[in-house]
Amino acid sequence: MVDVTPEKVEYVGPAEVPEVDLYHAKTWWTKYVFSQDAKVIAIQYSGTAVAIGLVGLVLSWLMRLQLGFPEFFSFISPDLYLQFVTMHGMIMVIYLLTALFLGGFGNYLIPLMVGARDMVFPFVNMVSYWVYLLAVLVLVSSFFVPGGPTGAGWTLYPPQAILSGTPGSGAGIVLMLVSLALFIIGFTMGGLNYVVTVLQARTRGMTLMRLPLTVWGIFTATVLALLAFPALFVSAIMMTLDSVLGTSFFMPAIVEFGEQLQYGGGSPVLFQHLFWFFGHPEVYIVALPAFGIVSDLLSVHARRNIFGYRMMVWAIVGIGALSFVVWAHHMYVSGMNPYFGFFFATTTLIIAVPTALKVYNWTLTLWRGDIHLTLPMLFAIAFIITFVNGGITGLFLGNVVVDVPLSDTMFVVAHFHMVMGVAPILVVFGAVYHWFPLMTGRMLNQAMGQFHFWVTFLGAYLIYFPMHYLGFVGVPRRYWEIGETNFIPESAESLNAFITVAALVVGFAQVVFIYNILTSIFKGKISERNPWKATSLEWQTTTVPPGHGNFDDELPVVYRWAYSYSVPGTVDDYTPQNVHPDDVVKIAAEQGGD
Amino acid sequence: MDFFREISSKPWLESQVAIDDTHQGGAYTLPSVTIGLRIFLGVVTVLFSLTVVAYSDRMTLADWRPVPEPTLMWLNIVVLFASSVAMQWSVISARRGRTANVEIGMLVGGALALAFLAGQLLMVRQMNALGYFAPTNPALAFLYMLSAMHGVHLLGGLVAWGRTVMRIWGGHEAHQVRMSVELCAFYWHFLLVVWFLLFVWFSIT
Ligand code: HEM
Ligand SMILES: [Cu+2]
Repeated sequence: MVDVTPEKVEYVGPAEVPEVDLYHAKTWWTKYVFSQDAKVIAIQYSGTAVAIGLVGLVLSWLMRLQLGFPEFFSFISPDLYLQFVTMHGMIMVIYLLTALFLGGFGNYLIPLMVGARDMVFPFVNMVSYWVYLLAVLVLVSSFFVPGGPTGAGWTLYPPQAILSGTPGSGAGIVLMLVSLALFIIGFTMGGLNYVVTVLQARTRGMTLMRLPLTVWGIFTATVLALLAFPALFVSAIMMTLDSVLGTSFFMPAIVEFGEQLQYGGGSPVLFQHLFWFFGHPEVYIVALPAFGIVSDLLSVHARRNIFGYRMMVWAIVGIGALSFVVWAHHMYVSGMNPYFGFFFATTTLIIAVPTALKVYNWTLTLWRGDIHLTLPMLFAIAFIITFVNGGITGLFLGNVVVDVPLSDTMFVVAHFHMVMGVAPILVVFGAVYHWFPLMTGRMLNQAMGQFHFWVTFLGAYLIYFPMHYLGFVGVPRRYWEIGETNFIPESAESLNAFITVAALVVGFAQVVFIYNILTSIFKGKISERNPWKATSLEWQTTTVPPGHGNFDDELPVVYRWAYSYSVPGTVDDYTPQNVHPDDVVKIAAEQGGD
Repeated sequence: MDFFREISSKPWLESQVAIDDTHQGGAYTLPSVTIGLRIFLGVVTVLFSLTVVAYSDRMTLADWRPVPEPTLMWLNIVVLFASSVAMQWSVISARRGRTANVEIGMLVGGALALAFLAGQLLMVRQMNALGYFAPTNPALAFLYMLSAMHGVHLLGGLVAWGRTVMRIWGGHEAHQVRMSVELCAFYWHFLLVVWFLLFVWFSIT
């Protein structure tokens, strides 16, 4: 990369920051319900995402009960099991994680961190949430239609998704597709806001390279989502037409229960390409915000600037770009041309390079840092460990010869839960412990937090580590019951029971976490302002929680990047981004040197 | 803004700090709505491109047979073109401050867009009457779907168009609605180009 050596410019005093038109709510309804304030929208997004996420959690318990104790729960039929699998997967990936990271954290943090009063299109932003809510309601309604929700697996592969052998092949699948289409429309409205706000509404002095990595992660993830969701959108439309009008976009000539259907000529593999062209970027849509947030958690709680900030930005952008050329590694068993497989295995291994680079930089940030083992820091460290683990199994799966026998086994389930389930969720938890004082002015309870951390982190390992082994011995995924299978040892059964117990315990820890949040909102210890002594702008507001319009009469002016921790020669171990250079207190003896 | 140049700067260097302190915040001097619209059109471009890719993939399969282009399709594209011209005329009038002409241009443009949509519906009905039933013919299914997708986008544009017209009727002057008129026209031209390319695509396949 070129080294930009700029000419020295005389210091220029801050100009007047032009005031934006801020919408002021006049009634209770427009203030709290149909609000155009990004912070309120963030809370609405998060609340809805967590609510539907709890449904997903309960579904996972039901699945685990069936897998752990197959003969015991007679009400879980094979059909029902498949419906649980499907809805669990889709809810967690799309309606919980995507909505929470972008709609929740994005809305709350972007305007505050870039020093803006609000998103640039507040009205569109509000509509975005209501369309998302509608998508969730349509999704939930599919539980109550005849035939129930779809049981096609979260990948919704045709032809099986719309054949009558699959549960929910009537109304269930159509509602799922409609809900996805709505989600995408709602997201696009929000996404335009996030991107244009980052580009245009930064405050004076806030260059792109002075943004906290949290903003970089969310920004890049939003760009990915804007480019990748259209693929899901067209496939949803085309599959809806196949299902409702009987077109044959994806449906080949097929015999169902001895009867020749009127479909013919369509290509199921075309759907797989479209789905994964969306699906792989989707995993990074979840991962990139987590990468960004965790970088900031590590830096703040280790009192050290993030190691290799520039490289971190490049890695985020690079991973984002590369994630569009690896999709077919999900399709090694679809009968593709071997050269094709070779190409995608290569790109898949290449994407591991910037990913590994980020892991090194996180670790080097901790190296000789002044590590405070606060809850956010614990979760951040747990994230690194879990992510490395899941990333390594990803490298296994990226190689065609290793993937073919492992495809569709529990090994894949273990891989993506480590990397996309547990790791980002750990970041979400860390972020909640970190920003809760900003959002409410109170601290979360520490004892409950410690309990939550240790049970979740260790418990997640107890759940997913053995699952790799199950995959190795050949236990397939999405099976209601293994039954008596020659090649699967009996120990697999007891292991499954063990995993189920671990899953229930971890689930209970989440209930404690929710209880902690609900009680701390009202009774938590009052926090001091900026309790973690962070430099970024969201902590520099005059009121906590930040009021309507975020900042005072004047927007803050930024004089440095977000990582001025433990700067040699200054008294405080941190310098907020908006403190004027003249106001930084220097240590007398060391004045001038650093 | 030169993105790659910007992300290769070193924000922690004294020399860079001096430069960064003079930064105004925004990346582009264009208004945010314009940028928002352009990004949105980028997303729409991806949407249509992916559908065309799907179309060309489906084309390679055995049961593919091309569909004829009815004359109505030619007529429709001429109407859509005229609609864009009217919108552009409205833009020019807005820049010159002629409020009355802005109104005429917008109204004619909107009416022609509605005529185009009606024409598209008629085209589908004609094709059905000729006995090309969609489900059995993948090319026709794509044609219908793409027309519908394009039509829905135009309908969305008509919402923005309606709001602008209301503002003119509410007494707004040319310079006050200029931005909205420009954005509408830009969107119209974009949809014209999309439909034109699709039209060419249907003709050659
Ligand atoms: C070093 C980077 C990674 C590599 C090389 C990699 C590789 C792979 C491969 C080859 C598969 C397909 C396995 C199969 O179906 O047989 C897969 C599945 C999956 N990966 Fe990764 N992965 C990586 C990182 C990630 C990340 C960061 C996430 C999410 C945050 C993720 C989420 C998933 C998911 C959700 C699936 C399963 C999809 C399904 O079949 O339902 N992966 N990965
Ligand atoms: Cu992938």
